[in-house]
Amino acid sequence: MNQAAVDPVVVHRMTSALQHRGPDDCGVYTAPRVALGHARLSILDLSGGRQPMHNAARSLSITFNGEIFNYLELRDELQGKGHCFTTSSDTEVILHLYEEEGERCVEKLNGQWAFAIWDQQRRRLFLSRDRLGVRPLFYTQTGNNFLFASEIKALFASPEVARDLDLEALDQIFTFWCLLPPRTAFKSVRQVPPGHSLMVENGQVRLWPHWRLEFDPESRYGEDGEQKLSEELLALLDDAVRIRLRSDVPVGTYLSGGLDSTFITALTKRRAGNHLRSFSVAFEDPSLDESAYQQQASAFLGTEHSTVQCSRDDIARVFPEVIWHAEQPILRTAPAPLFLLSRLVRDSGFKVVLTGEGADETLGGYDIFKEVKIRCFWVRNPQSTWRHLLLRRLYPYMEGIQRQPSAYLARFFQVDAQDPGLFFSHLPRWQLTAKAKAFYSDALRSELGRYDAMSELESSLPQAYRRWDPFLQAQFLESNYLLPGYILSSQGDRMAMAHSVEGRFPFLDHRVVEFASKLPVRLKMKVLQEKYLLKRCADGLVPSAVKKRKKQPYRAPDGDCFAQGAAREYLDELLSPDCVRRFGLFDPEAAAKLLAKFRAGRAIGAKDNMTLVGILSTQLLVSQFVNPLTRRDFLHANT
Amino acid sequence: MQIREMLTDFVVENFLFGRHGELKDDDSFQENGIIDSTGVLELIAFIEERFAIRLHDSDLIPENLDSIRRVTDFVQRQLSVTTERSDAA
Repeated sequence: MNQAAVDPVVVHRMTSALQHRGPDDCGVYTAPRVALGHARLSILDLSGGRQPMHNAARSLSITFNGEIFNYLELRDELQGKGHCFTTSSDTEVILHLYEEEGERCVEKLNGQWAFAIWDQQRRRLFLSRDRLGVRPLFYTQTGNNFLFASEIKALFASPEVARDLDLEALDQIFTFWCLLPPRTAFKSVRQVPPGHSLMVENGQVRLWPHWRLEFDPESRYGEDGEQKLSEELLALLDDAVRIRLRSDVPVGTYLSGGLDSTFITALTKRRAGNHLRSFSVAFEDPSLDESAYQQQASAFLGTEHSTVQCSRDDIARVFPEVIWHAEQPILRTAPAPLFLLSRLVRDSGFKVVLTGEGADETLGGYDIFKEVKIRCFWVRNPQSTWRHLLLRRLYPYMEGIQRQPSAYLARFFQVDAQDPGLFFSHLPRWQLTAKAKAFYSDALRSELGRYDAMSELESSLPQAYRRWDPFLQAQFLESNYLLPGYILSSQGDRMAMAHSVEGRFPFLDHRVVEFASKLPVRLKMKVLQEKYLLKRCADGLVPSAVKKRKKQPYRAPDGDCFAQGAAREYLDELLSPDCVRRFGLFDPEAAAKLLAKFRAGRAIGAKDNMTLVGILSTQLLVSQFVNPLTRRDFLHANT
Repeated sequence: MQIREMLTDFVVENFLFGRHGELKDDDSFQENGIIDSTGVLELIAFIEERFAIRLHDSDLIPENLDSIRRVTDFVQRQLSVTTERSDAA
């Protein structure tokens, strides 16, 4: 959008940069002050849903990424009010709903969306992003231009957009693993935060929330009885799956072998009939591999199952591409296997998968929620010599914690009984992550000055946060920040869309999320039994071995992937003292010693692993985006 | 090389990655973020291997392992016990 005229060449270039998200079709609409581009992944109304799309009067034009799952119900409602439709797409439903409801139209949508509507009569551009942040939406302003896109690389197709890293954002990643919206890794680029809309009108940009995640500890939900609530949850999830199966192309599922994806696959199978394809990742390292459970779940549910084997070398080989798609530094390699998985899905002829994402956040599955309960129990008697030892039972898969002397375990998870603070649940993890900052260069330290990522987070918290108990606070931190900022983005949308695959997440249906937010904590986690109510719903739907198994978080091999083999070529250059010094972010000597430690097989700790992956991914990001001349070398030399 | 120097070199190389200037003999490894929650395992393995002494669970406390001075004193104590045992034998 421009106060004067828009350069159509730039818009074409921007759209081309998103071809991986939409390889089926592309379109550009230009008007005197605005241009909309679209790269289409055809899923609904394959022949009629071309974009950008206009209303009958051509006074409204839309470009839209995502899905509106309740579009059939909304369409009926709108037809009842006299609206006439020319396509059977969900895109057209948004246009008509906007005609009817204006900017509040998003309140009626059940889906995952990022869209922009150009309202020619009112000369305003309306952007919106879905409640939980499933679909990405970025924007920037340069001079008189307002540019937006699903990925940052499309904005960089305009030569006017500056590519400087946001150093404070980098510091956030080296604290929380994710960014605090509206920041991105780049200073000039902002993201529309999850659950927000934005209006550009009269040269002004207005941003506001259309939805908020809130917990209601005073809710009377718990009084309804477990049976009734588990029936209600099951009905909601079943309906969430039903509307997520709306597609004009075949839909598959991810089946990791855990409760959540098996549950979703089971509900999908009930509705999809005889033939359902499922997909998963298998690791060569037996401590990470869940193949046995995947096979068991697939056999129980009767899916045709396909697996991609993922080795350390595979991760190293695709890591540069992973960063190219993620567009931000990451501290774990976990997105890489999901990049390989989406490739398998695409190569199998699928564009859409249902997955179990979101159950851990909304229904109380993560170990950190157990951790917070144990630490609360410990706070009641900080002098206890045994209470903190319960923490060891939470992480049977983490050898370091099992072998850790108890005095050190206590120190790591230490609790200040007098002042547990706002971030009681996450502080041990964040403090551990932040230790990687010891590798910052002096120049970076000086640029950051007294910047404190946690203060910025504190200022973004809702008022009610302070009244919630530590369990709900932990849920909020996971759901509001890490879920959109890492799980659904670096590990989710960006890895799936790298191969033109769309993920759909029934647990993140807003009706499910809102239902779960009103549940009492004891129904999410009974003593230390995670996802208690969901497990009640799962009776008979999933194999009992899957239901009863101890939760195994999804993990991938980290720093070891880069010690030798496929990474050698780019690692030697990117972590060379010369390159590290040139990019100016990390201490060259320290980075070289860290790499030597990995190559000698002496790096075992989480800190070393996160640091190596964090430094490497940052160096890749700089080489690909800030100094793009070198990008091709690292992207394709090893793929 | 003396025990203290060997320990200092190990900590500087493995946990400070060459930033020698930041380490003083009484700096707490934990409070200063020098050794993380699993890093202590690396330190224990180094002590056992380099000085040929075996650490018992009861030895694995910050009082013995949380600074260069404490580790040096601890290793010296252990070595003298080992020497006394050898002499007695």
